[in-house]
Amino acid sequence: MALSGMRGLSVFISEIRNCQNKEQERLRVDKELGHIRNRFKNEKGLTVYDKKKYVWKMLYIFMLGYDVDFGHMEAVSLISAPKYPEKQVGYLVTSCLLNENHDFLRLAINTVRNDIIGRNETFQCLALTLVGNIGGRDFAESLAPDVQKLLISSSCRPLVKKKAALCLLRLFRKNPDVVNVDGWSDRMSQLLDERNLGVLTSSMSLFVSLVSNNHEAYWSCLPKCVKVLERLARNQDVPQEYTYYGIPSPWLQVKTMRALQYFPTIEDPNTRRALFEVLQRVLMGTDVVKNVNKNNASHAVLFEALALVMHLDAEKEMMSQCVALLGKFIAVREPNIRYLGLENMTRMLMVTDVQEIIKRHQAQIITSLKDPDISIRRRALDLLYAMCDISNAKDIVEELLQYLGTAEFTMREELALKAAILAEKFAPDLSWYVDVILQLIDKAGDFVSDDIWFRVVQFVTNNEDLQPYAALKAREYLDKPAIHETMMKVSAYLLGEYSHLLARRPGCSPKEIFSIIHEKLPTVSTPTISILLSTYAKILMHSQPPDPELQNQIWAIFSKYETSIDAEIQQRAVEYFALSKKGAALMDILAEMPKFPERESSLIKKAEDTEADTAELSAIKSRAQQQASNALVVTDQHPANEPPQVTQLGMVKIPSINNLENNHVDQEVTQTNGIMGEVEPQNGDILGDLLAIEGPPGVSGTETLTEEGALALAPVGELENAVKPVIDIAERFRDLCVKDSGVLYEDPYVQIGIKAEWRGHQGRLVLFLGNKTTSSLDSVHAVILPPSHLKLELSSVPEIIPPRAQVQCPLEVVNLCPSRDVAVLDFSYKFGTTLVDNKLRLPAVLNKFFHPVTLSAEEFFPQWRSLAAPPLKLQEVVRGVRVMSLGEMTNLLNSLKLIVSPGLDPNANNLVASTTFYSESTQSMLCLVRIETDPADRTQLRLTVASGDSTLTFELKEFIKEQLVSIPAASRPPVLQPTIQPISSSDPGALLAGLL
Amino acid sequence: MIHFVLSISRQGKVRLTKWYSPYSQKERIKVIRELSGMILTRGPKLCNVVEWRGFKVVYRRYAGLYFCMCINQEDNELEILEIIQYFVETLNRYFGTVCELDLIFHFHKTYYILDEILIAGELQESSKKIVHRLIDAQDLLVEAAKEKENTVSYIVAQVAN
Repeated sequence: MALSGMRGLSVFISEIRNCQNKEQERLRVDKELGHIRNRFKNEKGLTVYDKKKYVWKMLYIFMLGYDVDFGHMEAVSLISAPKYPEKQVGYLVTSCLLNENHDFLRLAINTVRNDIIGRNETFQCLALTLVGNIGGRDFAESLAPDVQKLLISSSCRPLVKKKAALCLLRLFRKNPDVVNVDGWSDRMSQLLDERNLGVLTSSMSLFVSLVSNNHEAYWSCLPKCVKVLERLARNQDVPQEYTYYGIPSPWLQVKTMRALQYFPTIEDPNTRRALFEVLQRVLMGTDVVKNVNKNNASHAVLFEALALVMHLDAEKEMMSQCVALLGKFIAVREPNIRYLGLENMTRMLMVTDVQEIIKRHQAQIITSLKDPDISIRRRALDLLYAMCDISNAKDIVEELLQYLGTAEFTMREELALKAAILAEKFAPDLSWYVDVILQLIDKAGDFVSDDIWFRVVQFVTNNEDLQPYAALKAREYLDKPAIHETMMKVSAYLLGEYSHLLARRPGCSPKEIFSIIHEKLPTVSTPTISILLSTYAKILMHSQPPDPELQNQIWAIFSKYETSIDAEIQQRAVEYFALSKKGAALMDILAEMPKFPERESSLIKKAEDTEADTAELSAIKSRAQQQASNALVVTDQHPANEPPQVTQLGMVKIPSINNLENNHVDQEVTQTNGIMGEVEPQNGDILGDLLAIEGPPGVSGTETLTEEGALALAPVGELENAVKPVIDIAERFRDLCVKDSGVLYEDPYVQIGIKAEWRGHQGRLVLFLGNKTTSSLDSVHAVILPPSHLKLELSSVPEIIPPRAQVQCPLEVVNLCPSRDVAVLDFSYKFGTTLVDNKLRLPAVLNKFFHPVTLSAEEFFPQWRSLAAPPLKLQEVVRGVRVMSLGEMTNLLNSLKLIVSPGLDPNANNLVASTTFYSESTQSMLCLVRIETDPADRTQLRLTVASGDSTLTFELKEFIKEQLVSIPAASRPPVLQPTIQPISSSDPGALLAGLL
Repeated sequence: MIHFVLSISRQGKVRLTKWYSPYSQKERIKVIRELSGMILTRGPKLCNVVEWRGFKVVYRRYAGLYFCMCINQEDNELEILEIIQYFVETLNRYFGTVCELDLIFHFHKTYYILDEILIAGELQESSKKIVHRLIDAQDLLVEAAKEKENTVSYIVAQVAN
């Protein structure tokens, strides 16, 4: 043992250990770093010994978590030292101090390569270890052939060979193309003939990785894997040093079984038989023993064997053997085995039809939900979620509800969400579903997201039979002395809508309902007050003939809130007050909510999202697919890239709640009933607009909108209409591309305003179709011609717009993939006998799906470098650029949400910008942009765009180009330059946009 | 694959870190802080796996020291648990009844031993005997170079005088 050596290092470590507190430690570290920096600055008198000592100290400091931003060069330079001791230190410290994204590493590639192809075995080992541990793409491209050569060379000894195998594995992970070369699969197959178990272990790891990427090329290796397993299982030719607690290399067994799971099936009957013999032996012959290590090792093999049996979809007999084993495992005392038993049961549900057998263990699984170990509780929760169907939903959900009361905070949200989803999917009857959700809110209100209560509201709204029950339940919860705010919201909402259905029950007269709700008002927050006000208005509407006392009470509240500091509350108070003076008219305006349109459950979507996060969920998804047919409520499952389809199986179909806004349900109430129509928040003249419903408007929204001015109108297609627009539509369209509200089109009769909200890859546009005249507009048609990358849903547009009225048409937008194509609104109407038809481009353009992001230099550059070449990074010299200063260009980019990071590029003539782009196909994706301007010629510049998606990079580059080039004098905005693209050429919208 | 190996004392002091996936220093500190919080507080007799950010961390406690390895969700947990044991047994054999102080003052040795056991986050060699032979050979190489150096520098010094 040679532990001797660096006194200075030991002294430093003890001094660090003697520090009384973190502050002292930091001072000591800073002092040392200062000292090292000085010594490195002046290379004179720095011995090799010193250098080694200092880089060790640096590594120690770095390991403690301090930044060490110098001295990398010294560490790297030790690699090229001629002698082993320096080289060894250089390699080790470099591989700990740097990671694959460091620039310094590139400096070392040549030295490392020389060591790999050189004759010195010890140097080869050092170099292969470094590359295997931190090599990146650069290394993969320059070194893969050398490492491959070494790996298959007959003169290469085991100690080098096993390192070469794992080194190649890393290079393959960084760039699969460098390894997938012709003839490699035959070489790989030869490597599996290796007798040395150390080398074979490394080669098998390499093989697992290769075969997981593409099994087709490696069929010839399959029988060899089975041979390896046979050899180990029979303990033939296994040297003592490779048995671990009496088990022939458990690790190699596990790896080999893992590799076999990447082949879809095993055709050859002999190989299959041989493998099943081995598996059978493992399944039957693994006993629980006293020695922990032996137990772990043998069960590592056993669980892998179970996974392989499941994968091969073995004979029924073997499967039930597996389930029986798992059933035993989930009840044992050893926590690891219990944990893995639960986990593997969940996996098993995913691949085979064993639900009925697993249900027999339900009681045991529920017990595990109360296990002291959170890891085990999580597995139990997942398993219960996956095994739930209509037959056991009631039991399982009730268990989850019970557990909710005692579960730790970190699990509550997930628990609440899962309980809500199961209740929704498998409800044996609807009233039970309502019970569950209300209990959820009652027990864990803080962890019940808005989605959950929105959903119950939708449910009740769409099911008339459920309404009296839900109202009654809500009423009962209000009797509790303290209730959660979410409960307050949902109760108030339900009672506002449906309390009149309870009128004859004791304690449920309008007056009583009002007073029990109003009692709680002082305790709730502002958003809830808005809901309460709506409830009061609804109660008032339902008490016909009016009860003067109640009316006065409610009026008093409305007038009190007319001066509220919160705009939303104030607005509601003012509106409801005015409305409630209208007597019978109130009935129409505040009528019951119509049914929600059919859409996918946002809850399930959300669950999928969270689960995608934790990458655990394919089991549950596949369960959901299997079970959709029994479900009471159909929640459409579809792959992320396809538009959702409505299935016909459901008894009840339920819309999703749009996540765009928290109080969406509530907002929708008012909108659908037509009140909010004219009261868009931007419009101050609320009363005037309200009146528009009944008669000629006062100062109407149309004027207000024009004053906003921002609005652009952009008809597409030739204007043959007799009626000409009164504003410059092209210019306005361009403005709307960077703003979210304004006028899209206006002529003497009609004005179309637009207001948009964007979140991630989704958006919600509202079109305001306003009739400016004193007679009706007939034959109003609005059709959206969407390009292929957008999914657009326009709610129905009325055929007739009454005189001086404005109608709102919400439009849902989902961005599927990156594209610059523009959606077109085909809008036509008849005024008298004149038919007016306009094709208007909608400002749902690429940059609307950007989310601003500001990057620091250390975040930007690694990304920039990792996206090294086309098609992910594209560069182009752009000529004919509009002349603008750098400041103007910065503003332009920022307005497009391409956020410029000043000072990030050392050259002051360059701009560097970044943004995040959202679409369904790319998810959120970082985009990086660099613009190099030429101070001598402002009309040209060099544009470089990078992102993780080639289409996105291309589209973004073209998009920026369009923004930068100068616009010809004709009113032809840049966006209109025909951009013929193969993907979109069949789109009507794109074709139209292209025509101009 | 193993994404990283950590060794943390019961007091939360870092004794060893090895990262096979690229993490910046900032991320490393965060990872260590999060995992210390999760793992050091776990009671005895619980399972050796914690679920964390979509990964699994397999850990094992030896006296006052925790060894942790982070793996993918679909990896075999028990296999990793025994890699930890095998690593510790190897350290034990090298240092002769290893204790925390050995790992502190000879942290560089620990790294050399780990490099003979794992590369690219995968097991490289499962024979303790062979790992020992290799580490001893490395030590010999270093010693030999030192002796040689001593003689040369001795001669140089003589000549200079």
